[in-house]
Amino acid sequence: MVLEAKEISFRYGKESRQILNDFSLQIESHERVGIVAPSGFGKTTFCKILAGYEMPDQGEVLLDGKPLDTYRGYCPVQMIWQHPEQVVNPRLRMREVLKEGDEIGEDIIEGLGIEEDWKKRFPAEISGGEMQRFCIARALGKRTKFLLADEISTMLDLITQSQLWSFLIEEVERREIGLLAVSHSMPLLERVCTRICYLEKS
Amino acid sequence: MKEKKTVLNIRDFSVSFEQYERGFHKTVLPVIRNLDVTVHEGEMVAVVGSSGSGKSLLAHGILGILPYNATMGGEIWYDGELLTPKRQKMLRGNEIVLVPQSIAFLDPLMKIGSQIRKGKKDKASKARLDKIFEGYHLKEEVQGLYPFELSGGMNRRVLVSTALMGNPKLVIADEPTPGLHMDMVRRVMSHFRELADKGAGVLLITHDLEQALEVADRVVVFYAGTTVEDAAASDFQAQETLRHPYSKALWRALPQNGFQFIKGTQPYVKELPDGCPFGPRCEYCTAECQKEIAYREVQGGRVRCVHA
Amino acid sequence: MIRLNGRIKTVVLFGIAIIFLIVVTMVGAFFSEAAMVTDFSRKDLAPGARYLFGTDWLGRDMFIRTLTGLSMSIRIGILAAGVSSVLALLLGTLAATMGKAVDAAITWVIDLVMGIPHILLLILISYAFGKGFKGVVIGVALTHWTSLARVIRGEVLQLKEALYIQTAKKLGVSNAQIAWKHMFPHLYPQFLVGLILMFPHAILHEASITFLGFGLPPEQPAIGVILSESMKYLAMGRWWLALFPGLFLVLTVILFDVAGESLRKLLDPGSVHK
Repeated sequence: MVLEAKEISFRYGKESRQILNDFSLQIESHERVGIVAPSGFGKTTFCKILAGYEMPDQGEVLLDGKPLDTYRGYCPVQMIWQHPEQVVNPRLRMREVLKEGDEIGEDIIEGLGIEEDWKKRFPAEISGGEMQRFCIARALGKRTKFLLADEISTMLDLITQSQLWSFLIEEVERREIGLLAVSHSMPLLERVCTRICYLEKS
Repeated sequence: MKEKKTVLNIRDFSVSFEQYERGFHKTVLPVIRNLDVTVHEGEMVAVVGSSGSGKSLLAHGILGILPYNATMGGEIWYDGELLTPKRQKMLRGNEIVLVPQSIAFLDPLMKIGSQIRKGKKDKASKARLDKIFEGYHLKEEVQGLYPFELSGGMNRRVLVSTALMGNPKLVIADEPTPGLHMDMVRRVMSHFRELADKGAGVLLITHDLEQALEVADRVVVFYAGTTVEDAAASDFQAQETLRHPYSKALWRALPQNGFQFIKGTQPYVKELPDGCPFGPRCEYCTAECQKEIAYREVQGGRVRCVHA
Repeated sequence: MIRLNGRIKTVVLFGIAIIFLIVVTMVGAFFSEAAMVTDFSRKDLAPGARYLFGTDWLGRDMFIRTLTGLSMSIRIGILAAGVSSVLALLLGTLAATMGKAVDAAITWVIDLVMGIPHILLLILISYAFGKGFKGVVIGVALTHWTSLARVIRGEVLQLKEALYIQTAKKLGVSNAQIAWKHMFPHLYPQFLVGLILMFPHAILHEASITFLGFGLPPEQPAIGVILSESMKYLAMGRWWLALFPGLFLVLTVILFDVAGESLRKLLDPGSVHK
């Protein structure tokens, strides 16, 4: 499968700054693409557009040649965020959070080191690293074809970072899920990715 | 080399919280158990621990602004004297300053200039602010702006400027660069480095080891409520010069050093093991590790491990 | 003495308030016949051991009349506040979810209702619906929903933008599931507290329009009626006719307020640290 961003332009509201200008990128299922860009490039915004959270002002996002918004229900492009606490309902137990995913297998839960006891807790009762494991698990549902990882290990300690990435690399390789990784850390992207895009500010 | 004066000496610092569990049960959460840090004049010390491990409470403890349901233990010595609540009140904002995480800590309805001068209008403080701003390439007009009118780069410099107004002897920077790009991080960090080079003690609290190694003189490794190692930044160049098994594991997990990981996670506050908090994940763990472990000097640094 | 922690104290307070209110409502309803009984052999008695609150010029027991009146007020309050809060929930949610035009219209109505003095609007509505029980309930219900509707509208608007709800949508979670699993748990504490805090207003407003003669008919032993009638006898030194019913009305209102406030404390997740 191919995920394509075609000549995307975007800005928030009429008065604000142009964030993306005619930006194009292509990711294939067997690839792990890293993005390096200066601050203010709009990497998070780009991920949000690729995952369908925002609509671009111009251009389109195609999954296997079809516009992304024609895929109803479960979105095959899933995003993992920098701050897991923002994407988890504070009033739901972690077990419920996992259930939102698309039939998350035991192997994923085990591979991410999620312990049975954590599932009983509320988000406020576990650490950021533990919560991020749940968010990654939730995004790895059966129908996920592409995964966007936006600075997912920036707020975590190094050991957790390498645990999570080692699992992710193996998992996406096995299931042929295309991966887009955004990070400020070059050594990390060099470890994780098969191809790295260096972007200049438009 | 002349022995540098100690600005801050924290011994056996602990913080615990009272919290309701479901129902009426009240429990005590020991978020910080054993924390030891010293900062000398002209030195930049980084306390590195994963986010959510409670290390921000250290900054709050020094400034005396812990929430009211927190209980503090241990001793904080500042400038050779015990830091009492009365002294904290007197010194904070003058000799001891906190550089906050974001402009959310500034008053949105007050102009930058008068906010940093804390409302003072005398000539001396005006001249001082002008000079500080000049040093950071901030134009005079910036003083007349409100916080929301600043660009991302500007507000970092403004926040660091707040630290400079009072001639600080101790600067505490609590996670000053969350989610910033690397160029920006370097720039902000260089401001702190300058402060240290001018003679202030700088305490940097961060989760980012790589960043800390770039600027700090010494790194204190914080794990599950305990400081496990106090090492020179240069010790992190090789695994062999590190003392604690956790620091070594961190080193091996760096992407450029092999990206290896050990199993498990940091224990939850309610389930801390006795003795060394790293014990359950440590390959050297013995029966001794389950007892109280002394923080002792090893090769010019300090470590809380019986095997080092 | 056992030292209670903050949470237990709050629960005890809540319990006392609720139990008192329930007892008053039940007892009052049970004695509604006795409240009408006249007996000239015992008229104009000052408060004493036999008649706690004294008797009036027709020899009616004021203690029973007060309880019956309060019971009536509480029942009207619950009914009116219930209708009002459902209205608030409905309109608040509609405003937040049905697009700009609906939002503008509902917000306009909220501003309109809030702009007119409560009591004036109440009298108009109650009068238009023929006064009496129906008039009062409709009047109170139609005037008290605005601030709760505003709170709910704001809450839903904020929830809609929350990343965890947007993420749930991308995971294919249905709208009904999102409403039930994600939105409801955030809304119900606000709703419940809003509802309970609406009671005292409803009760006071019922009493005041009845007092003014635009509410319940004079043959009902409502607090408003009792107070209004006893005004004539105050000058004759029969202070007990107004004092006790008045005090008990204030007590009831305060207890509802206490119940609402303690419930709010208990449901607020931030309160775990207190």
